[in-house]
Amino acid sequence: MLFYVVRRAAAGVLLLLVISFLTFVLLSLPGQDVGRTLLGLNASEQAVAAKNSQLGIDRSVLAQYGDWLSGAVRGDLGTSWFTSEDVWTAIGNRLPVTLSIMVGVTLVTGVLSFGLGVWAGVRRGAVDRFVQVFGVAGYALPGFLVTLVLVLVFAVELGWFPAIGYVPLTDSVGGWLSTITLPIIALSIGSVAGMAQQVRSSVIEVMRQDYVRTLVSRGLPMRSVLFRHVLRNASAPALTVLGLQFVGLLGGAVLVEQIFGLPGIGAMTVSYTTRGDVPIIMGLLMVSVVGVVVINLFVDIAIGLLNPKARVA
Amino acid sequence: MTESLPALTEPAGAAAPHVPAVRRGAFRRLVRNPLGLVAAVVLLVVVVGAAAAPWLTTHAPDAADLRSAFGPSAPGHPLGLDSAGRDIWSRLLFGARNTLGGALLALAVAMVLGIPAGLVAGYAGRWFDAVSGWVVNLLMALPAMIVLLAARAIIGPTVWALMIILGVLAAPSFFRLVRGIVVNVRHELYVDSARVSGLPPWRIIGRHVLVVVRAPIIIQISLVAGVALGLQAGLEFIGVGSSSDLPTWGGMLNEGFQFVQRDRTLLLWPGLALGLTSAALVLLGAALRDVLEDRGTDPVVRRRDRAAQRAVAPAVLDGKAERSPLLSIRSLAVSYALPDGSQREVVHEVDLDVRPGEVVGLVGESGSGKTQTAFSALGILPSGGRVSRGSIQVDGQEVVGLSAASWRQLRSHVVSYVPQEPMSNLDPSFTVGSQLVEPIRAATGASRAQARERALGLLRSVEIEDPERTFRAYPHEISGGMAQRVLLAGAMACNPRLLIADEPTTALDVTVQAEVLEVLRRLQQERGLGVLLVTHSLGVVADLCDTVAVMQDGRIVESGPVDQVLTAPREEYTRRLLAAVLDEGQPPTVAAGRADEGER
Amino acid sequence: MSEPLLSVEGLRVSFPGKGWRAPEHEVLHGVDLHIEAGRTHGLVGGSGSGKTTIGRAILGLVPVAGGSITFDGRPIHAAGARQRRRLSRDIQVIFQDPFTSLNPSMTIGDTLAEPLLAQRLSSREARSRVAGLLDDVALPADAMDRLPREFSGGQRQRIAIARALAIGPRLIVCDEPVSALDLTTQRTVLDLLQEVQRTTGVAYLFVSHDLAVVRHVSDVVSVIRRGEIVESGTAVQVTERPQHPYTRRLLLSAPVADPAAQRVRREAYRREFAGTEA
Repeated sequence: MLFYVVRRAAAGVLLLLVISFLTFVLLSLPGQDVGRTLLGLNASEQAVAAKNSQLGIDRSVLAQYGDWLSGAVRGDLGTSWFTSEDVWTAIGNRLPVTLSIMVGVTLVTGVLSFGLGVWAGVRRGAVDRFVQVFGVAGYALPGFLVTLVLVLVFAVELGWFPAIGYVPLTDSVGGWLSTITLPIIALSIGSVAGMAQQVRSSVIEVMRQDYVRTLVSRGLPMRSVLFRHVLRNASAPALTVLGLQFVGLLGGAVLVEQIFGLPGIGAMTVSYTTRGDVPIIMGLLMVSVVGVVVINLFVDIAIGLLNPKARVA
Repeated sequence: MTESLPALTEPAGAAAPHVPAVRRGAFRRLVRNPLGLVAAVVLLVVVVGAAAAPWLTTHAPDAADLRSAFGPSAPGHPLGLDSAGRDIWSRLLFGARNTLGGALLALAVAMVLGIPAGLVAGYAGRWFDAVSGWVVNLLMALPAMIVLLAARAIIGPTVWALMIILGVLAAPSFFRLVRGIVVNVRHELYVDSARVSGLPPWRIIGRHVLVVVRAPIIIQISLVAGVALGLQAGLEFIGVGSSSDLPTWGGMLNEGFQFVQRDRTLLLWPGLALGLTSAALVLLGAALRDVLEDRGTDPVVRRRDRAAQRAVAPAVLDGKAERSPLLSIRSLAVSYALPDGSQREVVHEVDLDVRPGEVVGLVGESGSGKTQTAFSALGILPSGGRVSRGSIQVDGQEVVGLSAASWRQLRSHVVSYVPQEPMSNLDPSFTVGSQLVEPIRAATGASRAQARERALGLLRSVEIEDPERTFRAYPHEISGGMAQRVLLAGAMACNPRLLIADEPTTALDVTVQAEVLEVLRRLQQERGLGVLLVTHSLGVVADLCDTVAVMQDGRIVESGPVDQVLTAPREEYTRRLLAAVLDEGQPPTVAAGRADEGER
Repeated sequence: MSEPLLSVEGLRVSFPGKGWRAPEHEVLHGVDLHIEAGRTHGLVGGSGSGKTTIGRAILGLVPVAGGSITFDGRPIHAAGARQRRRLSRDIQVIFQDPFTSLNPSMTIGDTLAEPLLAQRLSSREARSRVAGLLDDVALPADAMDRLPREFSGGQRQRIAIARALAIGPRLIVCDEPVSALDLTTQRTVLDLLQEVQRTTGVAYLFVSHDLAVVRHVSDVVSVIRRGEIVESGTAVQVTERPQHPYTRRLLLSAPVADPAAQRVRREAYRREFAGTEA
């Protein structure tokens, strides 16, 4: 098991290295004159050259990447070209907002989709039809459109929640809750729809397995067959889907933060990328890819724990 | 053997009536599917509207007239005017061109990259599979939205380039789908047959592989198109897609959201257009899935039927005193609900008794109903199946319509089950030991340690060499013969008096079968078990059984002592079965002995 | 006796291990086999013995790691794609599972025409040949336009036989052709195979786990265990005067359908093998 975890983690680190390198090279390609952009058209050639060399972008891409990587390993992601902010600080300030939403969505998705999916898979009938229709519907509408409708109804019309803004948890728990509830609901609809479907079909699949019949024939109560055996075997494929959905959620977070005016890394991505601030873009991309890698590592570990065969493969 | 499946498949021997090929009329069936029809019409309208935009509008989409900003619906402006006084109807139609075009481009790129790569990786495998697998993992770890934003930072606000990148990011969804299917198809025997027939690879792909991936690809297309549409509109919505004046649905939504307090209709029309189109794509995908994959729907067991199932009154039968056996089946009928709601009876009027210490063979060919009879006696008929008539008594207790709790009592103390396939009947996620311990604890309330001791004892009793090791092993770590012993041990866990074994040795090698039969015989004799042994092998019957019942087409055609039935059968069918047993020639047992002596 | 139709000598086959850089796993450790033209060579063994792999190696479906396979005097173990395609005229196959050996979405007519078209017959010629084939295996002519799912296991196996016969091969590898069938169906399919052999003179490599079936159809029988042939000889020799203990074990393990005879056999089994493992 330990070997399995180490191998997965190593694969994740390798993935990070490859992605960071490729991104870095691609970001450096267009050869726009950063110094000129920063200092304006009136600046002298010397000043622009000095600025470029100060930023280090007059050197080879490989050397720049080497610097960036050695910094990144030590937790130093450089400074913004435009605001001279420390990249890590800038991201760190906005991370709690996005994390609040992501964790909330993951919890809501996990609980609701497993609940609905198992219920639908075991009892079939009306619940099953609901989950199927909801699955299609949740998938059918683009998430940000649903979000717009939610804002319109619950914030603008009914005024139950603030339409925009964010209150940190440390300031006020109630305020924090009221500002993140609507975003979480907005993002959860799609992911619950997709995952409940997956849980449902895995549960149905597992219920058909021979060993379930045999366990029932051994006099085990249905409850323990369901919650020990069926659930465990059905969760692995569902967790895989959860891992995949996380990537999509990051994209959804960008839109949702934009709509609700939340100062998270999604909104930050929008505002900084329009300017072409390479250190910040690198930092943002790396943070989100690290998020993906870490989530997938958790998923892999969970699957390994649940399914002994996965550990060997 | 397909016997363990619910007998909904066609009975062997009887070919189904002539039905037309699956593909024929897929389109017609799609149109007959109401959701599919509506979705297709919506998409058609949108596409036609986008294509014919210049002829359907009277104003250019970017012709602004600030004086009439937020103007209401008026002649020439059917949907009114936006914040800059531009015609909403015109912007909607021209916007459809950009929005759909962008999504289409992304889709095309994803397909061009994903499908061929998936085909090659799945069919040829080797290094290409390994490399493309890596690239796909890499792409899938990238959050599309953030990459697109980063890309925009470099290449500027050109929506088409961004859509190409989106296509690359979406390619894995096609790749994984196609590769997965192709890998499965490649191992199908009919592909091997085609190779042996001398078909070159490209024709195998064309004839056998593409046919299989076609339907899933079509479904996937509609799903990916929906996602691409959403992302395209999302990018435009946050204002990083195209430059401002180009009309797009996402851009219109953005504008509408800015002025949401002033005029809701600005949000309404593009929202409706995007929502309808996107929903139509996904619904079309769902409808296509139903039509192309032609899934047989599960027989729906409605609540009413369940009630009916319980309500079946056990037939009042003559001479209760006569019926003292451990298992006593009278006039049993088993029926399955068919998808159209009708019932199909697969077991008719079966009478069967198993007395303590007696081994009764239930023999027949596949589809004869022997497994269904055995499952009825255990209360484990698959969903859709039920005892529709007759009575089953286990240890004197009527079990037709028995409550779940009483069933648990019986299964924990009286009757137990030995299944056919050793591997699929052990839960792969739990150790052998825990699967033995759990029922013991549930039945007796024993402590963990006591149950463990008992389980180890059981493993020893089925002659497993290293019980401790097997106890700790996972099912995939033990052999098939070992697994069958474990299942036998599990069946013995609750000291049953009646054992129902469904083809317990069919999946095993003949040498292992002999060993397992020996164990079964010893356990049966030591414990005086009553055994109902379901099998298709007359040899196994001769080896183990005292009496035998021969089933054909859901009925028992002959029963009696093994010596009589196997050596002097009365019924024609039994004679036919025995005649089909391949001639053994000279008993090799004697010959073997002789050869042995000759050698020495 | 003349040169055998097919000679397998010192055949070794390995499969890649599971996981990265796992060692290869050898499943055949130097197998010898000789099949005479027009005869049936039975190959019997337990699961995992490698018996199916021998057939697949002859068919070119698994790579050969060592040794040689000679067909009609020409080596074929390293045949390239083109030679393989030519060989398909001479060597054909019938697989075990009648449910997956036919493409579920292709009509029987298309399935049967496939090998003919691969040999560049026109589609008209192919169609008339298919009709003749269906007649040969006693299936109605209207089977041509139907799908595999409309046929029972036995009928599907007849279709598989017809496909194998389509181009008039000289050797058919029969991989457990009757194992998935019921007893009575098994018998009729075996009869069909024997009749085909009488009329066409085709040779069979008949792979099975069931000694009774192998004995019934074979002239020569080889017993394989863990990737090695342990005993080879005429069907009568091997099944009545088995030399190798494993062959004896196979024989004594198989129960006979006569209770009295089975009691005798069981006693013999216990005397020889009680408490040992196969």
